[in-house]
Amino acid sequence: MILGLFVVFFLAGLVSFGGGYAMIPFIQEEVLFRRHWMDAAQLTDIIAVAGMSPGPIAANIAAAVGYQKAGPAGAVVAVTAVVLPSFLIILAAGKLLVRHREHPLTKSAFYGLRPVITGMIAWAAFTFAQYAGMTDGAAWLALSQFLIFAGSLWALTYLHKHPFTVLILSGLVGAALYG
Amino acid sequence: MKARLLLSIFWTFLKMGPFTFGGGYALIPVIEREIVEKRRWLGKGEVADIVTAAASVPGAVGVNAAAFIGHRLAGAAGAGAALLGILLPAFCILIALLLAYTRIKDHPKVEGAFTAIRATVVALIAYAAFLIGRSAVFDFTTGAFAVAAVALLAFGGGFVHPFGVVVLGAAGGIAAVKIRSRFGRPTRLDRSEPGQKRKEKPNEQEPVIDYMI
Repeated sequence: MILGLFVVFFLAGLVSFGGGYAMIPFIQEEVLFRRHWMDAAQLTDIIAVAGMSPGPIAANIAAAVGYQKAGPAGAVVAVTAVVLPSFLIILAAGKLLVRHREHPLTKSAFYGLRPVITGMIAWAAFTFAQYAGMTDGAAWLALSQFLIFAGSLWALTYLHKHPFTVLILSGLVGAALYG
Repeated sequence: MKARLLLSIFWTFLKMGPFTFGGGYALIPVIEREIVEKRRWLGKGEVADIVTAAASVPGAVGVNAAAFIGHRLAGAAGAGAALLGILLPAFCILIALLLAYTRIKDHPKVEGAFTAIRATVVALIAYAAFLIGRSAVFDFTTGAFAVAAVALLAFGGGFVHPFGVVVLGAAGGIAAVKIRSRFGRPTRLDRSEPGQKRKEKPNEQEPVIDYMI
C-alpha cells in the first residue's frame, strides 16, 4: 500500500502541469478504476476537504488519500511523493529553467500540453458530475445539484469568491436541503 | 552556519502558511515582502523569473517558487527546508479536518451538506479548467488539442491512461509547432505575444491566478 501510494502520487505529481487540478484525471484513473482504493463519493468528499484546507490542492489530496489508506505514514509518503518530481526537476534543472524558460522547445511543449490538460480537467469535471448524480435526468437530486453547481461556478468566476467560502456555503445549503 | 540558514528558510516559509489560506492569491506579494524586502535574499526581478520558471515545472506555482528560492539559497537542503515550511501547516490542518470529517460524516445533516458540496467540487474542477483554458486555448490548434484530449478520455475506455494523454500533449505540441513552421506558418505560442488584441496587464506573463492550485 505504501509503495502503491508512493508510485501513484509520484506519477500524479509528474503530470500536474498547470497545478494540482491537472492530476485529478490521473488520480481518478488510478484510485478509482485501477486500484479500487475508494469509491467515487469518497474521492469527491476528499477533494472537497482538500479544497477547504490551506495549501496546494495536490498535496492536500495526496495527504488525504494517503491518510485514508495508510494512516499518518501514508499521508507523509503520499505528500512526499507528490512534491518529489517537482523537487527533483528543480534540483536537476533549476538554474537552466530560470535561464532558458523562454526556450522554443519548452514553449512548444506547453503549447500542446496546456490545452490537453484543460480538456482533461474539463472531462474530469463531467465525470465527477456523473458520480454526484447530477446527470441523472430530471430527478430532484440532479436538478437541485445542477443549480448548486451553477451557483458555485458563478460565485467562483464572477464573484471571485474563495473556494473555501463557496464550499462552506454550499455545505450549509446542502444541510438544510438534504439533511 | 548552514544549519542556521536552513532554519531561517524553513521559518520564513512556515510564516507564509496563513497566506496560502488567503487563497494563495496573496503568496507572491508575501514572498516579495519576506524574501526581497525583509531578508534581502533576492532581488525583485528575480522573483518574477522564478515565478515563470515555477509555472513550467509540474505542481503548484507557489510551492515550486518556494522550492526554487530555497534551492537558490542553500541547494537541495534549502529547497527541502522551504518545502517543509510551506507544506507543514497545511498538512496539519488537513489531517485535523479529515479526523473531524470521519467523525461527523455519518450525521444526516453532514451527509446532506456533502451532497451539495459534491456539486460544488464539480464547479471547482470546472473552474480550474476555465482558468487554465483561458490562456491555454487561443487558436484552432490548441482548441483541437483540447477536444482531442476529451475525445481520447471519453471514448478511450480502459486503454487510455491520463498519463499517456499528457505525454502525447507535450509531444504533440512540439510536433505541431515544427510542422507548422515547415509550412511557413509560424505559431503564436501563447496569448501574450504581439498581435494579440486583448490587453494583457504588463506584469502578467502567464495569468497565474491562484498560486496554490
